[in-house]
Amino acid sequence: MNLSLLIIVPVFVSMAILLCRDAKQVRIAALLGSAIQLGLAFALFFAYRAEREAGNTAQMLFTYKTPWFAPLHINYSVGVDGISVAMILLTASVVVAGVLVSLSVENLTKEFFFLLLLLSSGAYGFFISLDLFTLFFFLELAVIPKYLLIGIWGSGNKEYSATKLALMLMGGSALVFVGILGIYFEAGTFDIIELSQNQLSVATQHFFFPFLFIGFGVFGALFPFHTWVPDGHSSAPTAASMFLAGISMKLGGYGCLRVATYLMPQAAHEYQGIIILLAAIAILYGSFATMMQTDLKYINAYSSVSHCGFVLLGIGMLTKTAITGAVMQMVSHGLMTALFFAAIGMLYSRTHTRAVEKMGGLLKITPFIGTVFFIAGLCSLGLPGFSGFAAEMTVFMGSWQNNDMWYRLATIAACASIVVTAVYILRALGKVMMGPLLDQHHAEITDAGWNEKLAAVILIAGVVLVGVAPLLLQHLISPSADAIMQNVLKAAL
Amino acid sequence: MDLSILISMKFEMALTLIIFILLFLKIDGRAGNQFFFRITNLLLVLSLGLYFLPARYGQFFSGMFRTSPLLEFEKVVLLMATIIISLSSYHWLKNFNHVAEFYMMILSSLLGMFFMMSSDNLLMFYLGLELSSIPVAALCNFDLDKKISSEAAMKMILSSAFSSAILLFGVSLIYGTTGSLDYYVLSRAVVGTPLQIMAFILIFSGFAFKLSVVPFHLWTADVYEGSPVAVTAFLSVVSKGAMAFVFITTLYWVFGNLGGTWYYMLAILAVVTMIIGNLFALRQSNLKRFFAFSSIAQVGYLLIGISGFVKASLSIGSVVYFVLIYVFSNLAAFGVISVISALTGKETIEDYKGLYRSNPTLALLMALALFSLAGIPPTAGFFGKLFLLTAGSSTGAWPLIIIASLNLIISLYYYLRIVRAMFIDESSEPLAKISLSFSEMAAFLLCAGGILSIGFMKGLFEVIFNISGGL
Repeated sequence: MNLSLLIIVPVFVSMAILLCRDAKQVRIAALLGSAIQLGLAFALFFAYRAEREAGNTAQMLFTYKTPWFAPLHINYSVGVDGISVAMILLTASVVVAGVLVSLSVENLTKEFFFLLLLLSSGAYGFFISLDLFTLFFFLELAVIPKYLLIGIWGSGNKEYSATKLALMLMGGSALVFVGILGIYFEAGTFDIIELSQNQLSVATQHFFFPFLFIGFGVFGALFPFHTWVPDGHSSAPTAASMFLAGISMKLGGYGCLRVATYLMPQAAHEYQGIIILLAAIAILYGSFATMMQTDLKYINAYSSVSHCGFVLLGIGMLTKTAITGAVMQMVSHGLMTALFFAAIGMLYSRTHTRAVEKMGGLLKITPFIGTVFFIAGLCSLGLPGFSGFAAEMTVFMGSWQNNDMWYRLATIAACASIVVTAVYILRALGKVMMGPLLDQHHAEITDAGWNEKLAAVILIAGVVLVGVAPLLLQHLISPSADAIMQNVLKAAL
Repeated sequence: MDLSILISMKFEMALTLIIFILLFLKIDGRAGNQFFFRITNLLLVLSLGLYFLPARYGQFFSGMFRTSPLLEFEKVVLLMATIIISLSSYHWLKNFNHVAEFYMMILSSLLGMFFMMSSDNLLMFYLGLELSSIPVAALCNFDLDKKISSEAAMKMILSSAFSSAILLFGVSLIYGTTGSLDYYVLSRAVVGTPLQIMAFILIFSGFAFKLSVVPFHLWTADVYEGSPVAVTAFLSVVSKGAMAFVFITTLYWVFGNLGGTWYYMLAILAVVTMIIGNLFALRQSNLKRFFAFSSIAQVGYLLIGISGFVKASLSIGSVVYFVLIYVFSNLAAFGVISVISALTGKETIEDYKGLYRSNPTLALLMALALFSLAGIPPTAGFFGKLFLLTAGSSTGAWPLIIIASLNLIISLYYYLRIVRAMFIDESSEPLAKISLSFSEMAAFLLCAGGILSIGFMKGLFEVIFNISGGL
């Protein structure tokens, strides 16, 4: 399978969108384009499984490499392992759902879908890159479209949020670039596979690991660099929120894993304590901060900080199970939070408010949206049967395997945050959906349209599938997590 | 005399020829504005083709003139930049009474730069430098009815003269210590005696003036603001580009022995230049001043690339590559400013509010240019800037690289200010719809094409890298 198709298709579709004559054509093109992406992602998934079942044990499959800037040893080099395949499936599902819920965008429709698809090509490119420079290229490619999406189609204090997001993400990628240059300075290559086979010197790892980890951490809402998350998510239009929380924050987690931990295992060991501390703070702080929020989008945004803390916690624990759990949590959180933002967007477009106290009893008026809302909420608080439970459980199990007392303490603290999650989720659900109808204007609102229903069904299918059959995902991820762990163990010896 | 020398000097010959043709046409007195515009651009475009005329490389006139594949490439870049400036100034030139003079001046200046780049002798270098800077000072005054334009010209000529004097003082000290002005002799004779280092610092300051490196940048903003947009564009792109080319040759070759000395000077000045340029750009509201400071900041990045002397051909290659990209990105921005300024007289960021709704083409081009200047992929500026930093990191100067990377954030902020004005803000009195002329469209297409495609032309960087080995 040709992986470059994952980049080429969205780019071509976005070009096609620019050539469309009216909004209707734009919508059809965007929908078709994202459907093709989803098809490609599933084709990749099955092709990958078939290869593995046929006994192909190469670490990366479907690799392709061609020189880009030969004097600097920069190659365009792509390939996937189980972790990337999982992330690509996530990306494709969220993009389709995002396009579906945004079909009603009226203002500058063409530009909106152009940017959305450009953004998705950046995410795909990032997940399949096996060359640090290419990877960085795609990481930065995804910054400016977000700025414009929030700035032009956002709501509330959108200019502030958009600028803050762009600058913080740019700062993160600046740090990443310093780290990448540091690796290049010593090893003379940007090739991830080559780098993973030859250990970098301890001094280099020691000095540059923080740059890479914090740089990617900014994308992944590492405490205290998470502050762009609440503002950015709450000001963004629905599809952009879904994309930001569902995919964009995963770029950070994936980068921390694939680049920082994988290529600098020695340093990952050394800085383990700090990573776990920061992750635990993010988990607790995020969940307590969520309790204080009254705006639905802020609730979900802060809870994302908390949930993404589990990703970093899993990576920091450096056990195979914990890393598998971290990747599962990325997929689970991506689907679940996209679903949540979709539900919030559907409500907001009808009630024109996101304040919890101004809504009530909406389940009777809009049963479908209400159900979606409940599913997203219950998944978020980790109800068994949904993806959140499977992922968080794996993270906790893996974390407990690390038998350092302080790390176990952090794990316990992280577990405890689930109680807080239950408090804020149930409170929000109860207020908005149950009880008497607060605002009589809300009696006239309509339930979800076909496009919104389809979007929700796609995401719910993902959430339930991961929740009911977690082994499907685990078997995909686990061997690749093992490859990363082998590198870590080699360094520890 | 061997006539093949003339072919080796093909660009210089072509420019001289064009200047003479213009002179005769002007004396004849019958040609109008349109005619001058068309004939000059046609001839300039034709002379671009000379790049493919095979010529003999090497030294001529006992070191007064030298060509190499790298020099030819640099000359083509600058010539192309001049053509883009000329094409995108159509609306300004159309109603201007001195089109022939404008072209004669700008081409003389370009000719001076070519000689300056090609010289292997400090004397010839100085001659070329003067030929390149005096016509520019006159050009600054070409908005004849504006007082601010004369002021700009006055500032330009005074600071030019001052910096030339400093440079000349350095040159004379060098001559005093070594007894020669020939680059080849100097590269061995300059060994770092105290007097030579002092001479070097004076020459370095002369360069810094022309490149507007902080703290020698004070003339920049005023001159940029007062001059006609075409001249500002010429100053900030062509003049700076030529200076950067000469600067890197001089440092690496003539003063190669002093690498340990100038490395720290470069590093410190790079940091100061980036920071001051960026901080001052934050608060500008006039676009020409804005781009003056942004171009100062860009020079800071250029200095980082130059400082990576450990891998010389990577450094030179990335500087040439950066200037090539800078030509397209900065000229795209100045092209938009030029058109809008010529038709409406508006030059502030405030005036650009809501530009995307009324003039989507101009707004998109401007946005592309800004993203390229800020180093955002997939525009070419991303590659240009990162390669400069990669070259700079070859000495292991991590504090320098970290400061430069953080400066990218500041610069993104102010570039986004304009993007925000054009795309997000709404205006009560937006600019009217502007219809572009053919020549402007051509220039803009060229710029947009360059910005979007240079990073993906696989072989281009390799070609530049390979010819950079031979200076």
